[in-house]
Amino acid sequence: MKALLRRPSGAIGLVLVAVHVAIAVTAPWIVPHDARAISAALMFSPPDAAHWLGTDHLGRDILTRTMLGGRQALLVTAIATPLAVAWGGMLGMYLGLAGGQRDDVAMRLVDALLSLPWILKMLLMIVTFGAAPQVLVPVLAFFYGVPVIRIARAATQGVVARDYVLAARARGHGRFSIILREVLPNVRDALMVEGAMRWSWMLLAFSSLSFLGFGVAPPTPDWGLMIADSRSFLAIAPWAALAPVAALSSLIIGINLTADALAKALGLDRAHSAPQ
Amino acid sequence: MLAYALRRTLLGLITVALVSAMIFFAVEALPGDACTAVLQRDAHGQRLENCRREMGLDRPATARYLDWVGGAIRGDLGASAGSGKAITELVGARLANTLLLAGLSMAVGVPLALLLGVVTALARDRAPDLVLSTVAILAMTIPEFVTATLLIFTFSVWLGWVPGIVLASADAPISTLFPTIWLPVAVLTMVMTAHILRTVRSSMIDVMEGDFVQMARLKGVPAWRVVWRHALPSALLPAINVVALTVAWLLGGVVVVEKVFNYPGLGRFMVDSITERDLPVVQGLALVVASAYVGVNLAADLLALLLDPRLRTARLRA
Amino acid sequence: MTVPLIDIAGLEVGFTSRDGVTLPILRGVDLRLEPGETLGLVGESGSGKSTLALAALGHLRQGLRVLAGQVRFRGQDVFALPPHRLSALRGGSLALIPQNAGQALTPTMRIGAQVAEALRLHATCAPADIPGRVVQLLARVRLPTPEAIARRFPHELSGGQQQRVAIAMALAGEPAALLLDEPTTGLDVTTQAHILELLRALAAESGTTMLYVSHDLGAVARVCDRIAVMYAGEVVQEGPATHLLRTPRHPYARALLAAIPRIAEARIPAALEGRPPMPGATGPGCAFAPRCTLAAPVCQTHRPAPAATEDGTVRCHRASETAQPLPEAQPLAATAPGEAVLSVQDLAVSYASPGPLAQLVGRPAGGVAQVADIRLEVHAGETLALVGESGSGKSSILKAIAGLLPPAAGRISLPSGPLAAAVDHRRPDEVRRIQLVFQNPDESLNPHHTIADILAQPLRLYHRLAGPALRARAAALLEEVRLGAHHLDRLPAQLSGGEKQRVAIARALAAEPALLLCDEPTSALDVSVQAAVLALLARLRRERGIAILFVAHDLAVVRAIADRVAVLYQGRLCEIGPAEAVYRRAAHPYTEALLGAVLEPEPGWQPRLLGHDMVERGPPARGCPFQNRCHRHLGPVCNEQAPPAHELPGGHVVRCHIPPA
Repeated sequence: MKALLRRPSGAIGLVLVAVHVAIAVTAPWIVPHDARAISAALMFSPPDAAHWLGTDHLGRDILTRTMLGGRQALLVTAIATPLAVAWGGMLGMYLGLAGGQRDDVAMRLVDALLSLPWILKMLLMIVTFGAAPQVLVPVLAFFYGVPVIRIARAATQGVVARDYVLAARARGHGRFSIILREVLPNVRDALMVEGAMRWSWMLLAFSSLSFLGFGVAPPTPDWGLMIADSRSFLAIAPWAALAPVAALSSLIIGINLTADALAKALGLDRAHSAPQ
Repeated sequence: MLAYALRRTLLGLITVALVSAMIFFAVEALPGDACTAVLQRDAHGQRLENCRREMGLDRPATARYLDWVGGAIRGDLGASAGSGKAITELVGARLANTLLLAGLSMAVGVPLALLLGVVTALARDRAPDLVLSTVAILAMTIPEFVTATLLIFTFSVWLGWVPGIVLASADAPISTLFPTIWLPVAVLTMVMTAHILRTVRSSMIDVMEGDFVQMARLKGVPAWRVVWRHALPSALLPAINVVALTVAWLLGGVVVVEKVFNYPGLGRFMVDSITERDLPVVQGLALVVASAYVGVNLAADLLALLLDPRLRTARLRA
Repeated sequence: MTVPLIDIAGLEVGFTSRDGVTLPILRGVDLRLEPGETLGLVGESGSGKSTLALAALGHLRQGLRVLAGQVRFRGQDVFALPPHRLSALRGGSLALIPQNAGQALTPTMRIGAQVAEALRLHATCAPADIPGRVVQLLARVRLPTPEAIARRFPHELSGGQQQRVAIAMALAGEPAALLLDEPTTGLDVTTQAHILELLRALAAESGTTMLYVSHDLGAVARVCDRIAVMYAGEVVQEGPATHLLRTPRHPYARALLAAIPRIAEARIPAALEGRPPMPGATGPGCAFAPRCTLAAPVCQTHRPAPAATEDGTVRCHRASETAQPLPEAQPLAATAPGEAVLSVQDLAVSYASPGPLAQLVGRPAGGVAQVADIRLEVHAGETLALVGESGSGKSSILKAIAGLLPPAAGRISLPSGPLAAAVDHRRPDEVRRIQLVFQNPDESLNPHHTIADILAQPLRLYHRLAGPALRARAAALLEEVRLGAHHLDRLPAQLSGGEKQRVAIARALAAEPALLLCDEPTSALDVSVQAAVLALLARLRRERGIAILFVAHDLAVVRAIADRVAVLYQGRLCEIGPAEAVYRRAAHPYTEALLGAVLEPEPGWQPRLLGHDMVERGPPARGCPFQNRCHRHLGPVCNEQAPPAHELPGGHVVRCHIPPA
């Protein structure tokens, strides 16, 4: 933690994330206006003393909606991320340690799941089961746990070849005890960094879905939805788009700066990534 | 080496087979089928049964899966439930558009990323590296629709240089796409350049610290030649796989960018088909995109095999 | 007086720590090399010897800088040269032969291209002549089929061949001086001996000056006229090799020589207690004073200056009083062998059997087994050593016994009965009786666990201990390996290499085993620490009656500790018998070649090189495993028929077509 804060990127990232979480938790009590109050008179009013960030095409207060707009995304992803890391991590460690036929078969399934674009997987689930948080949490946790299997398995394979795991096997410890005692402490760092990355990818997916019109339903305030709504009015009311853009970007940047600093502080290399 | 290439190809085929089954049966499990999509409100009673019999939907799922796979191998993915047109043609037209977008982005992004990756590695922890690396983190993490919105705001709304959205149908000739394609290409290039740059930078830094690079220096080899001849070939190998994953992403995952710019590519087609519940199209599309993913990764592995002499012998012996 | 070729004067090199303190790595080094001289630079890890050698090339590792003094090559200060002059010097008149050539050759360039590059940069020959010169150079370092080697990539060569390529590359610019940085470390004994003979011949042919850096006094003794001993960043003694090896004057040089096991006698050498100071941790006095048996009050307060003696220079206040004999080695107490605790019958091991997918695409299975026909017994209270070079299968045998590598054939049994192949299928009490000690304690101790955690695992598993009893037992185990209970709450990273290996041994002892499997337990340690670990193992065997199966490649170490020796080549037993008999009169040609290649730190020691040092990739399908390298090859019978086992008195068995005399 100290090493993380010593790096400027880590400190900035943590502060950004903390501010976002604080706002999300307290927003319902501190927002200046009603998020759903529609007013024809106030349509597209630029920032002023009453509406610091102006209003949108329905005359709703942008500041209020921006402060509330990350709550669902944060809630869903904050629950789904640890779930994804937990199941993906456990299975990955098991496969890395067990190897053999079980590993071969499981990895083909993982490959197959990864070869499908995220949007296809998510949309098929959403058109079937809807986009309520109680659907999104398990769905996100499942699909975003799949790549974690790969990371945990690779990290485990690096550890399994080490003599201290051989020593534990030679002493006759069971597989589960070896995972917990010998493998987990050495894979934990990689999983933490991976978790931070998964979190940011999930946020990205969540807001992209809202942006495309498949996520949060209007009139609930949500950043992705707000950006989609206000895009048509960029020429007349750029503030309506820029506020949620800034909010969403700063949260994701905050998470990634933290992850990056964490990886560097732990001496891990997380540079080998591809867009998803 | 040939045995390894064969083995790798076989694994790829197994993955594609698995995906095809996964897609087919997952879509199968969804409520509704091609007939409910065609008939919509009238989908009940005798008409539904007739339709199902006509389309062969009353046969067992495994039999229909085998038919479907057999058709796919011959290049026939069936007909769209919505329009009745051949799926192969529908997908083909969008695939061409997507390939154009992906090709342009790669052509700009890959060389740029390699160059900047080497530059940042050599200038490690100094100003050019710090600036470029920070920009790269921003570019790879900010959502594409955010970048796109900002670019549209800047270049079409504010400066008025290029149109903000593409107004062309899926089978429009390339010439109509061309003037409007630059903003989507810019968005995609930014994201992929950032990922590849970071990979090249980190592997270049590793390699430059290696014994053989130090030895080349102590042998009196000039600095530029140390980089070009001794370090770069080893440093680029990890980039091959990331480039492959990027290509796969460009072929299947850029829905958001296509939607923002209204670009008639595969991603948008996929979203539209799912919302219209045109299930045969969804199955066909998924198969095409997944095969592309597997194929590109396979190509990357085989390319690495060709380029890395160590891998070549190691696999030979294994 | 002529200008020396290399003149290092008052050189201080250091780095700035995170707290902003400047810490020295080299502390006032003075060395001169006259043209044609060969100087050996000897010291343990961290003594600064490699830093000094690279500094002679004007190169410092990242973060290091020159604090004072200079390095002159033919009178020019190398650190003041402009980059292009420095490039011309490096690889030109001053060439480096690196440690671990396998890492130092560019993996993506062919051998020929790399040698040609050196020629283009530094040699005055026409471009058209370069391919021919490349082949000449490769032939000059005695590589067979140089044309074919030039077309290969580095990883396709054996370690010895890679090292020869590195030498050829260094010779390309016809250098006035060669810097050799541990050029034979990590190579097999016979390969090392051949490379050293090559270097001696090159030095004799062309009168090249050499600065030879090594931790191995035997290797240095073979190649160098003069030796400089380094400790904590300074040269503590320097002088003619003969004098230094026979009558070392500095207490550290004396302790170092005393700690080296000798092949001529079965004795545990005298250990040197303590550890060298960390950079910057040297007080105002002599850096060696805390470990020195002769230390006087003046040694704690004043740093000795180099003083000239009739044998060179010595940095010691008490140099005049070091004329006493070297510390005594303890003779190995003979123990009466007890009953057999392990018996291995016809053991064979094949690596990784192909998986179902590999079978599907028709990958050939197995081939010739890597290890075959291993038959041996280990008795209570005895040490049996398995000796062989890399690829001899000695570690695989240990892993098979431990149940980590399922054997392809054969039977492994305890007195209680035969053992299951995989450790998972063995009974807990069987597993407890066999414990492993690995080569490198950095690898075998989990870096995230404290010493108490590490020791607790076998104590919980085998003895169901918990709470205060557990901790008391762990502390007692540390005492047993001569470490204090205060180590319990430390992490492995806070211990020195020797201390970590003792913890690993303590962990094995926790199980109260009947048999200890030791896989090269001292080869990752410095010589002075090695002696202490050997003494510990010898004591455990004597006091607890533990049987030890000891795998090693160093014949002098084996001589120090083993009662019986088994010699392996390509996974086959060549000879097994009492250590005394095997060392006195090697009956198998391979044992003969191995013993002949040993280098002792004695002036004038001459190895006897038999056969060649080409490394084989795998055992031959038929006949004697040693047929391709044997210097006493009899003809077709050796290639066609497996050698018969001849039994000599004392359980000495030799497998060779030549009947032992």
